[in-house]
Amino acid sequence: MLQIKNLHATVDGKEILKGIDLAVNTGEVHAIMGPNGSGKSTLANVLAGRDGYEITQGTILYNGQDLSKMAPEIRAREGIFLAFQYPVEIPGVNNIYLLKAALNAVRKHRGEPELDAVEFLALVRDRMKVVAMKDDLMSRSVNEGFSGGEKKRNEIFQMAVLEPALAILDETDSGLDIDALKIVAGGINQLRNRERAIVLVTHYQRLLGYIVPDFVHVLADGKIIKSGDRNLALQLEEKGYDWVKQETVAA
Amino acid sequence: MPGQNEQVENLVKTEYEHGFVTDVDTDTVAPGLNEDVIRLISNKKGEPEWLLEWRLKAYRHWLKMTEPRWAHVHHEPINYQSISYYSAPKSKKTGPKNLDEVDPKLLETYAKLGIPLQEQKMLAGVAVDAVFDSVSVATTFKEKLAEAGVIFGSFSEAVQNHPDLVRQYLGTVVPTSDNFFAALNSAVFTDGSFCYVPKGVRCPMELSTYFRINASNTGQFERTLIIADEGSYVSYLEGCTAPMRDENQLHAAVVELIALENARIKYSTVQNWYPGDENGKGGIYNFVTKRGDCRGNHSRISWTQVETGSAITWKYPSCILRGDHSVGEFYSVAVTNNYQQADTGTKMIHIGKNTKSTIISKGISARHGQNAYRGLVRIGKGAENARNYTRCDSLLMGDQCGAHTFPYIETRNSSAKVEHEATTSKISDDQLFYCLQRGISEEDAVNMIVNGFCKEVFRELPMEFAVEAQKLLGITLEGAIG
Repeated sequence: MLQIKNLHATVDGKEILKGIDLAVNTGEVHAIMGPNGSGKSTLANVLAGRDGYEITQGTILYNGQDLSKMAPEIRAREGIFLAFQYPVEIPGVNNIYLLKAALNAVRKHRGEPELDAVEFLALVRDRMKVVAMKDDLMSRSVNEGFSGGEKKRNEIFQMAVLEPALAILDETDSGLDIDALKIVAGGINQLRNRERAIVLVTHYQRLLGYIVPDFVHVLADGKIIKSGDRNLALQLEEKGYDWVKQETVAA
Repeated sequence: MPGQNEQVENLVKTEYEHGFVTDVDTDTVAPGLNEDVIRLISNKKGEPEWLLEWRLKAYRHWLKMTEPRWAHVHHEPINYQSISYYSAPKSKKTGPKNLDEVDPKLLETYAKLGIPLQEQKMLAGVAVDAVFDSVSVATTFKEKLAEAGVIFGSFSEAVQNHPDLVRQYLGTVVPTSDNFFAALNSAVFTDGSFCYVPKGVRCPMELSTYFRINASNTGQFERTLIIADEGSYVSYLEGCTAPMRDENQLHAAVVELIALENARIKYSTVQNWYPGDENGKGGIYNFVTKRGDCRGNHSRISWTQVETGSAITWKYPSCILRGDHSVGEFYSVAVTNNYQQADTGTKMIHIGKNTKSTIISKGISARHGQNAYRGLVRIGKGAENARNYTRCDSLLMGDQCGAHTFPYIETRNSSAKVEHEATTSKISDDQLFYCLQRGISEEDAVNMIVNGFCKEVFRELPMEFAVEAQKLLGITLEGAIG
């Protein structure tokens, strides 16, 4: 589904990603771990097509298509979803209204009929259960006055409604207390299935105690320096990122 | 996604959609202004002597006045002698008795504008008076309104049929000498709308006036007078469009509202005069005086305006809170795009005790647009426990536009409580990217964000007009992303 080859990318002219190779197949869950500043969030933003993140070398193929040629909204409609690390507030724009516009844009792109208000609300009622969303958050402005935890839950709730093929979750666990973490992780597990790939970008192993990844990759200084299964995450937790770095240097 | 400036450069590729000209024979007087022209206008309209004298008095006063210069707008001096002060569709000389007598071309024009003049086609609910250049063309739903005792129609008719009411109230809120443009209007006004809602009557439908400037080299000087007698309620909406022309055209209207005890007037404006082209050529100079007088206790006047058109907008719909416990409200969205300039706001004059006013102003500037909020809150000596809340938010799109806020607060009573909040923001890249990442197009995203910004004002508009206002905003700012 996703093939990244020798990806180099800059932010404000500064090279952050320095040759990433990664392949993600349908149904797989990949965890990308790494210390602060290693390029994890940059990778997530490059995949989503954020302005200011420039690919200087290498290729990204998504379902065989060159991703760099696709506008961000087209990527979204083609099934790429980014759960933001810091979801932005949009005053005056109703949370549900934005989601309805998003879902119908995706459906239209797929050649499916748009949902009317009744159908959409039924869907929303159902998907709210995934992360136990509170009713009053539905009618509020997008993320306005939401707590940190509510914002993250809202992201996973949106994912539940939009049903992406590839979900990139950027530090979705950061800033969550243990109860909220369980709810969010539980929601992600419910959304894990054979048709969907999930890329978890995270600093800590903590989240991986709830969501067991198929693959773990360690990102340091813009490169994937080690890949493995969930045991790699456990080793990291125990020995720290320096251990992998030293091991890589030694090798 | 291109850079911000480039996006702003892509701004408003859509043409002004009401820019057509209707080909009708008109009866237009030669350009120029003097007492003879005023006598001619008054004569054409068969006015009583007192009204002619009133006009002449205004004109003589106007001659001694100079154009105001304090507004944050710039334009070439206006040559008042090059404007024609009267233009009417010819068939209208004697005035149509009903819709069947109205020139079909005019009805076509209004149909193009989406104004439902044909009663049979109306879904119900909105009575329309339409002003084409200088004269009122038709009023719908007159009979139904008459049943309720509501008088609604053209100003000229009111002068003929209800001269006492007109004489009693005309100029009592905006005196002839009030300001340069109001004095000019008083001298040369040609038509407009008149509405009287009797005691205790809740007007059974929304009232609406549609103004259209069609002829070239003409000014439009309409006069609107609305009186809500004790305990009555009326909701009134005006809309405006004009053809695209290279020269600037002057629109100097006066609107007077009078709310007696326990009466409420809700006045909404969706102003979409031709704004000029993307280089700032042409467009309407919209220099308007609007004022409401809360004359009775517990009366209430609300102004809601969505100003998307005009090359220059200069208007300050105001409230005189004379009655005790009276309430004044001002909700405004003003958009300036390309080279449009707006200097708009309100005045809330607290005179009575326990008077309350609310001001919510939303300014949106794109490209080279300049947007100024100018507001005065004056608490008089006797205005015990007066309250005012003011909030001015500005949204900037791109980096060549400007937003300015000029709040004036004068308090002569220590029990007054006056609050003022102001913010300036840009549509952030983060907000835009968030929407894009959810699959929403750039255009829809900007619309959504801007409409969200204006929500507090739009929700004050009658439902169907709120929808129209949202669409209008979308068209005005099409492609304006920053």
